[in-house]
Amino acid sequence: MKITQGTFSFLPDLTDEQITKQIQYCIDNDWAVGIEFTNDPHPRNTYWEMWDLPMFDIRDAAGILYELNACRKVYGDNHYIRLSAFDNTHGWESIKLSFIVNRPKVEDPGFRLVRQEVDGRSIRYTTQAYSTDKPSSERYRD
Amino acid sequence: MGKPKNKDRYKKGGVMAYKDMGYWQPDYEPKPTDLIAMFRITPQDGVDSIEAAAAVAGESSTATWTICWTDRLTANDKYQAKAYRVDPVPNSPGEFFSYIAYDIDLFEPGSIANLTASIIGNVFGFKPLKALRLEDMYFPVAYVKTFAGPPTGIVVERERLDKFGRPLLGATVKPKLGLSGRSYGRVVYEGLKGGLDFTKDDENINSQPFMHWRERFLYVMEAVNRAQAMSGEIKGHYLNVTAATMEDMYERAEFAKSLGSTIVMIDLVIGYTAIQSMSKWCRDNDMILHLHRAGHSTYTRLRSHGVSFRVICKWMRLAGVDHIHAGTVVGKLEGDPRTTAGYYDILREDFVPMKLENGVFFDQHWASLNKVMPVASGGIHAGQMHQLITLLGEDVVLQFGGGTIGHPSGIEAGATANRVALEAMIFARNEGRDLMAEGPEILKNAAKFCTPLKTALELWKDVTFNYTSTDAPDFVPSSTPS
Repeated sequence: MKITQGTFSFLPDLTDEQITKQIQYCIDNDWAVGIEFTNDPHPRNTYWEMWDLPMFDIRDAAGILYELNACRKVYGDNHYIRLSAFDNTHGWESIKLSFIVNRPKVEDPGFRLVRQEVDGRSIRYTTQAYSTDKPSSERYRD
Repeated sequence: MGKPKNKDRYKKGGVMAYKDMGYWQPDYEPKPTDLIAMFRITPQDGVDSIEAAAAVAGESSTATWTICWTDRLTANDKYQAKAYRVDPVPNSPGEFFSYIAYDIDLFEPGSIANLTASIIGNVFGFKPLKALRLEDMYFPVAYVKTFAGPPTGIVVERERLDKFGRPLLGATVKPKLGLSGRSYGRVVYEGLKGGLDFTKDDENINSQPFMHWRERFLYVMEAVNRAQAMSGEIKGHYLNVTAATMEDMYERAEFAKSLGSTIVMIDLVIGYTAIQSMSKWCRDNDMILHLHRAGHSTYTRLRSHGVSFRVICKWMRLAGVDHIHAGTVVGKLEGDPRTTAGYYDILREDFVPMKLENGVFFDQHWASLNKVMPVASGGIHAGQMHQLITLLGEDVVLQFGGGTIGHPSGIEAGATANRVALEAMIFARNEGRDLMAEGPEILKNAAKFCTPLKTALELWKDVTFNYTSTDAPDFVPSSTPS
């Protein structure tokens, strides 16, 4: 299945040229772009691993793309990678744009919905990623 | 000062002009802690506009129709509201804008019910006036800080939902009435699975013979959780907890929480106190609060009488709701573009400057009070995406009810069409493209890889709602010489 987290997951996978334009938009707005990766796609997994710090001082889209490609080389085959742009102005101080730029090479097995029947007809729902059934080092591999 | 000099007025009793009782003070300079109300006054024929303004000031503060010696037991000057400015309304003979200042001590901290009981409590039926409209209000920071405001706010809502950089996408379940709980949940599931972030109960979905509220909540949450597992995204459904009593509303909200809902919904008709109670409950329970403005047009729509919706927006930001329906401009419901822009600013900005051409009469500091997410709903479709994003920005929920559920290939297809149109348009905007000029082209290109969008664009290409607005601003921006 295709996980549709992030701002542009309903569009076809982005080319490097398209990614560069979106990075430029973030830089023009004075946002810091960060690269994050994970092999745990649970929708409430907030803290993906950081590929170094958010790039507060890199004001050049090509430089950020360079870092992204370095991250892809290491994690691209079996991780999700996203770019998140952080706006530190008062009143926001949070993410302004966040989109997936890399998906694991193997198809995502998706999520299991666990229903625990409780009182009456009430149900407690739990979502589990099939990929996280395996230890981290074995996920998204054939 | 225009204070009454004649002490004898208390001895005589009887009726005296309001303007002579201290309610008209043309030299008054509002204190930094005063609240200010701006009314549009239409006096009866033969009634002086200044006397009418003074009467409104009097009747919304200390006065009654005759003089009471007991005023002299109080620091009456302080408690009197002061009309200090009356201007004729441009291009509207017989109508006047009048500014009235109120001392902050006239109001209980943190209570919309108390505020409104004063400001709109008595005066709207006052005989010497043909009509009266509360156009705008200014709240000093000292007063704003007595309110907790929206329980979640735009930023935290986005963080909780993990959705950034684009409008949120929703749809109201249709038909509004008659579906069983099981059928209702089907609509929710298809819509959310297709790409919506939220689905919504309509204002009049409560607990009727065709669907008990518990049935709805149970099936809806099954649908929400299924759609979450099918997409890997956080999803939600505004469960309407509006009911006859507070006890019923709390019971429904608790049930929504026990099932894992991220959001509950109320209708404006439950009243200001009930709204503040639910806001408090949401703050205590990590819940987003959606407000449907059911009933507002009975008093917001006409320009001469009632309460402007911009005032309702301010009251609701203070009362503390996270979402409020605030107009679409292009859809089927009332909404002048500039007036609507004024509402959106009031809901979303920390400082809102006076902007007469948008109907905003005061600078307003919100002192970091959480922001309210406006909701655009009613008669909008994917083909208008470039207009919607240009007019409304990205911190808004776009709700396509008919535009999702009415899609000929099904609800899921309708939802996907809207989501693709939305993402393609934001993507293009970020690339620096001119949406108003290139919008239709951008949609056409996106439709090449999304058949449901192609179908939607063809089906609804001629649907527009062009009617003259009944609530346009009185001030037109003067064109700058080129």
